[in-house]
Amino acid sequence: MTLSYSVRKFDAVIVGAGGAGLRAAIQLSEAGMKTAVLTKVFPTRSHTVAAQGGVAASLGNSEEDNWRWHMYDTVKGSDWLGDQDAIEFMCKTANECVIELEHYGMPFDRLDNGKIYQRPFGGHMSNFGEKPVRRSCAAADRTGHAMLHAMYQRNVMVNTQFFVEWQALDLVRDAEGEVLGVTAMDMETGEIVVFHAKATIFATGGAGRIYYSSTNAFINTGDGVGMAARAGIPLEDMEFWQFHPTGVAGAGVLITEGVRGEGGILRNSDGERFMERYAPNAKDLASRDVVSRAMVTEINEGRGCGPNKDFVLLDITHLDPATIMKRLPGIHEIGVQFAGVDCLKEPLPVVPTCHYQMGGIPTNYLGQVIVPQGENKAVPVPGFYAAGECACASVHGANRLGTNSLLDLLVFGKSAGETAVKDLKSGMRSHKPLPQDVIDKTLARVDRLNNQKSGADVHETRLTMQRTMQKHAGVFRFKDMLSEGVTKIMEISEQVAQTEIKDKSMVFNTARIEALELDNLIEVAKATIVSANARTESRGAHVRDDAIDCPETPDGRNDKQWLKHSLWYRDGNRLDYKPVQMKPLTVETVELKKRAY
Amino acid sequence: MKTSRNMLFKIYRYDPDKDAKPYMQEISIEIESTDRKLLDAMVKLKAKDDSISFRRSCREGVCGSDALNINGKNGLACLTDMVSFPDGKPIVLRPLPGLPVIRDLIVDMTQFFKQYHSIKPYLVNNDPLPERERLQSPEDREELNGLYECILCACCSTACPSFWWNPDKFVGPAGLLAAYRFIADTRDQATNERLDNLEDPYRLFRCHSIMNCVDVCPKGLNPTKAIGKIKDMMVSRAV
Ligand SMILES: Cc1cc2nc3c(=O)[nH]c(=O)nc-3n(C[C@H](O)[C@H](O)[C@H](O)COP(=O)(O)OP(=O)(O)OC[C@H]3O[C@@H](n4cnc5c(N)ncnc54)[C@H](O)[C@@H]3O)c2cc1C
Ligand code: SF4
Ligand code: SF4
Ligand code: FES
Repeated sequence: MTLSYSVRKFDAVIVGAGGAGLRAAIQLSEAGMKTAVLTKVFPTRSHTVAAQGGVAASLGNSEEDNWRWHMYDTVKGSDWLGDQDAIEFMCKTANECVIELEHYGMPFDRLDNGKIYQRPFGGHMSNFGEKPVRRSCAAADRTGHAMLHAMYQRNVMVNTQFFVEWQALDLVRDAEGEVLGVTAMDMETGEIVVFHAKATIFATGGAGRIYYSSTNAFINTGDGVGMAARAGIPLEDMEFWQFHPTGVAGAGVLITEGVRGEGGILRNSDGERFMERYAPNAKDLASRDVVSRAMVTEINEGRGCGPNKDFVLLDITHLDPATIMKRLPGIHEIGVQFAGVDCLKEPLPVVPTCHYQMGGIPTNYLGQVIVPQGENKAVPVPGFYAAGECACASVHGANRLGTNSLLDLLVFGKSAGETAVKDLKSGMRSHKPLPQDVIDKTLARVDRLNNQKSGADVHETRLTMQRTMQKHAGVFRFKDMLSEGVTKIMEISEQVAQTEIKDKSMVFNTARIEALELDNLIEVAKATIVSANARTESRGAHVRDDAIDCPETPDGRNDKQWLKHSLWYRDGNRLDYKPVQMKPLTVETVELKKRAY
Repeated sequence: MKTSRNMLFKIYRYDPDKDAKPYMQEISIEIESTDRKLLDAMVKLKAKDDSISFRRSCREGVCGSDALNINGKNGLACLTDMVSFPDGKPIVLRPLPGLPVIRDLIVDMTQFFKQYHSIKPYLVNNDPLPERERLQSPEDREELNGLYECILCACCSTACPSFWWNPDKFVGPAGLLAAYRFIADTRDQATNERLDNLEDPYRLFRCHSIMNCVDVCPKGLNPTKAIGKIKDMMVSRAV
């Protein structure tokens, strides 16, 4: 089989048509830029569609709120690892971005006065951490669906050009390190094309599928993150993964925190509301990492429920059934479908489940991808931008607050789009000639799959990786398990380089797609476990048994040594670090303190 | 309770790269109690034979990827319970009817999306943009329930005889449901244009209220009712 390719030129290419990609695309299309949006699935099938609970903005529709409180909560939620300039930018821009969505036609729920409905969510408080506040703007428990469809519809209106069911394979970078586009495959025909662009925006979503038990879709395989790593871009803070407290036990399907926002309560096998012991103020609405650890502690100490005592219960039977059916209709459906439980009558079985990737491709608040160069740790890569879950701005730091991710993709999808438009209009970017070897890496990968004999099975190898990650880098992390995990993942990565598929067809070859995705997943897994093994403190979602809890390092957080971002490089499997941006854009720094809810 | 059972699948297979014509593959696997949904079983089937091709993503009924024809009825694999299949009877999987097959269970949805796009699926409002959100009462917002939740899975349109015969001319239930979603939105100002756009012997009026669409919608939506409302509006506008 001979592999050939063609070249197509655009001003901009956006990889990904989830929330972040669609928001960036609106910016470019409205500015009249010739833009190609590549996506593995039809845009409305992107995983943003599954988001349930809401999007944060201090609209203050039900009670007083302001972006400074939101900023404080986000910094605290991040366990001070978030960059305060980006956090200020996000919280300040939130209202404008959510209002824009309403203008696009998003069907938000409404209050009696006609304004957007808002509900409480974990970690979002009023007056600098005093008590829970209603900040999450919601469309029932289908916020992501309502948002993604509204943004797709807006893109139809402004005539965005989509390449649906095209899988981007590799980033094109020249000798100077500039980004000139991507290589991609038309999944239907197997045709390979170089998308030559002056601006390349990654919005490929998260990689939750590195874990065995995950709330993420099958397609969340970290393709953008893997492509960036292979092209020499370091990955930031990959040790930080959010385990959502309430995945349906056994199935992994998410039960939104909005359930607790509406009054749901977590109970152990004694029927006790155990969160009162762990977070006396915020209780069931404490930050996610705090709740997940409390749940695992309850289970480990024998107070789990069910025949194997391996889950806890989420109880909403005390709430008004009419409210549940109005505000949480999707949850009722999920309970019936995936737990076999009618949540109006019985509590739901839940366990902490891998949910969100806090780290990713390093960016600044303008959506530019930034890398260290000599002394300067934040030099923009010309022509390269990223937003959404694949990027690390970093607003979530060591732990993301619920509803801040839909906000992140709006704010930074827009700013990445705006920055790209500005760069394009200024004439700063041109179609630099493509390097000679532009397609070599991609062809080598595809060629290998066509010819590999007696290699490793894709399904089995992926499963082994997922189980290893689950066991060695889960909710609680142990020194010995982590270092053992590094060895195992490095071994698995060698198998990934030798995977074999039986299906060699050119037409919609899903076996090949999955094998190519696994190339990306394994980069994410490596980055995660190597970064986690090196960080010998506890912070946010990363909690180790050997981190010492003493007055200098409360709860094991060691600011002296570890108040810094990890940067993992694929080449040499090595780590570097860069400082956290403690200085906001205009306001005072949120000073370090012990994190308690 | 038996924890596992051996089940036979008959799967529509066609790869234009190598097959002269489509055929039905018979393949059986062991189904455990942890394989709750048909999609879980299909992932197992694919682990056994990696050439079996189908779309899937969210595995929770919100993305609309994995619609197919299951024992003669359209539905989502990820919302179909394995326990709903009786012992001893093969499970027959075919692509959605009425659309060209790209490969195996993957159909070409171009025509389906063309019809969706033809109804101008976006909010039209030419007033100057207010600084804050446009207001909408909870009652007006409730009019959108049962309409906005559509996941564009195409179960309905590909179960509709009128769509089979005229996929290029009849908008089909999914597209018409979307049309009514905007008509029903108090914020939208293009009701007249939207009705004009459907005033045609085919685009709307090919629907003969056979209700196949309602019967198969995995989200419990009712396109026939929405279509009825559009028809009523046409009539009252004419008098
Ligand atoms: C079940 C669930 C519920 C959630 N609920 C909430 C919530 O209530 N509030 C909140 O704030 N956050 C929530 N989150 C988190 C949030 O939804 C996600 O972080 C966010 O939607 C990610 O958006 P994205 O645009 O970055 O990526 P995605 O929506 O995942 O989109 C990724 C896009 O990239 C494309 N893509 C990927 N790889 C390639 C490739 N190689 N080639 C071409 N295209 C590619 C895909 O096709 C897709 O279009 C939830 C997450 C989950 C899993
Ligand atoms: S009711 Fe109308 S749209 Fe629905 S299946 Fe029948 S003819 Fe088609
Ligand atoms: S109306 Fe129902 S069946 Fe039809 S596309 Fe929408 S969700 Fe699918
Ligand atoms: S896989 Fe998304 S609807 Fe079934």
